Amino acid sequence: MTAIVKRWWPLAALAALVCVPYLQIPVPGVLPDVLNRPGSLQLIAICLLFAGFAVTYDLLFGHTGLLSFGHALYVAAGSYTANIVVTKLHWGWGPALIATAGVGLLLPVLLGAVALRVRGIAFAMVTLAFAQVGSILVMSARITGGEEGLSLSDTPEIFAGVANTFRLYWLALAYLVLVVLVVRWSVESEPGRVWRAIGDNERRVTVLGLSPYRFRLLSYVLSAFLATLGGVVHLLLLGGSNPQITTSAFTVGLLVMTVLGGAGTRWGALLGGVLYTYLDQRLAALAGSDAVAGLPAAVRLPLEQPQFILGVLFMVVVYFLPGGLAGLSQHLAGLSRHWRRAT
Amino acid sequence: MSTLVLLTLTGLGLGALYFLIASGLSLIFGLADVLNFAHGLFLGVGAYATWWAATYAPFGVAVAVGVLAGTILAVAVELALIRPLYARPIQQVLVTVGLSAAGVALLQAGWGADPLTFTKPGWTATTTRVLGAAVPNDRFLLIGAAVAVFAALLLFLRRTRYGLIVRAGVEDRAMVTALGIDVRKAFTVVFAIGGAAAALAGALAATYFGSITPGLGGSLLIFAFIVVVIGGMGSLTGCALAAVLVGLVQQFANYYAAAGVGEASVVLLLAVVLLVRPGGLTGRTAT
Repeated sequence: MTAIVKRWWPLAALAALVCVPYLQIPVPGVLPDVLNRPGSLQLIAICLLFAGFAVTYDLLFGHTGLLSFGHALYVAAGSYTANIVVTKLHWGWGPALIATAGVGLLLPVLLGAVALRVRGIAFAMVTLAFAQVGSILVMSARITGGEEGLSLSDTPEIFAGVANTFRLYWLALAYLVLVVLVVRWSVESEPGRVWRAIGDNERRVTVLGLSPYRFRLLSYVLSAFLATLGGVVHLLLLGGSNPQITTSAFTVGLLVMTVLGGAGTRWGALLGGVLYTYLDQRLAALAGSDAVAGLPAAVRLPLEQPQFILGVLFMVVVYFLPGGLAGLSQHLAGLSRHWRRAT
Repeated sequence: MSTLVLLTLTGLGLGALYFLIASGLSLIFGLADVLNFAHGLFLGVGAYATWWAATYAPFGVAVAVGVLAGTILAVAVELALIRPLYARPIQQVLVTVGLSAAGVALLQAGWGADPLTFTKPGWTATTTRVLGAAVPNDRFLLIGAAVAVFAALLLFLRRTRYGLIVRAGVEDRAMVTALGIDVRKAFTVVFAIGGAAAALAGALAATYFGSITPGLGGSLLIFAFIVVVIGGMGSLTGCALAAVLVGLVQQFANYYAAAGVGEASVVLLLAVVLLVRPGGLTGRTAT
């Protein structure tokens, strides 16, 4: 029985998620509205999309051991390329997707080829620097709308309007499924085993005659390409490109999600992404509630800052739960086994 | 000619600011292998403490208060948060990332997200004529402070016992430990130095920009990282050279090309240095 549950629960969860737009369940406090209303669907869609981003980040950080601070660059590249082609150049969505795919491949190949010449912390700094340039260019250029961002002028028919939010929700869900499948498949493929081996013992991989540099670049490009695709979903979901997605804070958010959930584990990044995004979106609403408003200022003011709570939560996880939430579930499973044996 | 002088001095001023942040980062990274994302927070705390003290005391005293606040915070962070994670560099980076997010949010909770105006003290609000160019005096303040800190750090590293331990630790930490010297005391020392220098940078950046925001440290930190990588991690002289280079390149490119090109050319410079000399300008030594 448990074996069946273990084997099939991801599919059951997926089926439940697909059905969400048909479920008219009131969830007071947890979501802004009834479960299948646009407000709630939008929130869940954002959580799913960011879970997808976190999974692409985990491909780098958890599975290949590359600490990148420049992942936001590729999300932004996807969002802005598609948006500029559609809104500014009026070429339509077909060329927009082709252009985005091209940028999503070319940009990481070029930047990764340079950044991967250094390793470890230096790699982190170089990726940070690249992303920073992207951010500055986006904020200062006219074609990107500068600090105001760029709203999408021509949403495809099937996604237009609040009534079609459920389709955007499905799009976000489809993106997450795609990313999870591709990452799972690539990690279990031959290069995936080499990525893991590089993380364990790089010198041994070199001695076996393989070039760690090329395998790292492969992982980097795949991860960046998936993030670029997600950028397009982000664009559709939010109806525009916002310079916020170019900042290093965005990448740091992805890093926090991955570590929170458990880097390099099967479901860690996904869970961390959903949890972090949910808290980030909902803590602001909670902070505005009456329960918090009654507290003294010294307690209330920090609680109104989602970043404060998330930052502290993150540090707690790093100290006390090195495996993240995924590690916690294993830990609990171990405890319950132990307990059953004892009784 | 006067534009050239003004650009050069402004670039040097910016470089001085970068040096103050990057020197601490570089020493901390060189010795303890900690990439300190909380360095921007040290800077922010220094800036806000100076801003607070400046309403009660003259500028010099206010800066001292800011530097003290940054130093205390840095030492506390090292003792309480970094030390338990000794020899686990990735976890240390993660903790400083979390700390930076939480700390900046606290600054925002306390003083709001909007910029606070920082009144420039008397002398720095005026200009001096240099070769026909009217140069704002805060540039000289920045350059002077950076040169003084550079000289003091060189003296510390070359002439004192702790400096010797720091230099040896950067070169080969395992060997120093094997000789029976507790390197971890030196970790606390470099964190204190880094925190003090970053807080000083915060106070001076407040004077330079005329306002402070909770995110001030974060944006400067990225350029400080670039300076650290270009200079070669753990090298103070490399850090100073790289800071001057980055400050000048940024200033000149922004003026002669377009806004934003300066930042882009700095990163191009980084890419070129990495391609030609992956170890940075100087390689890895502590002087």
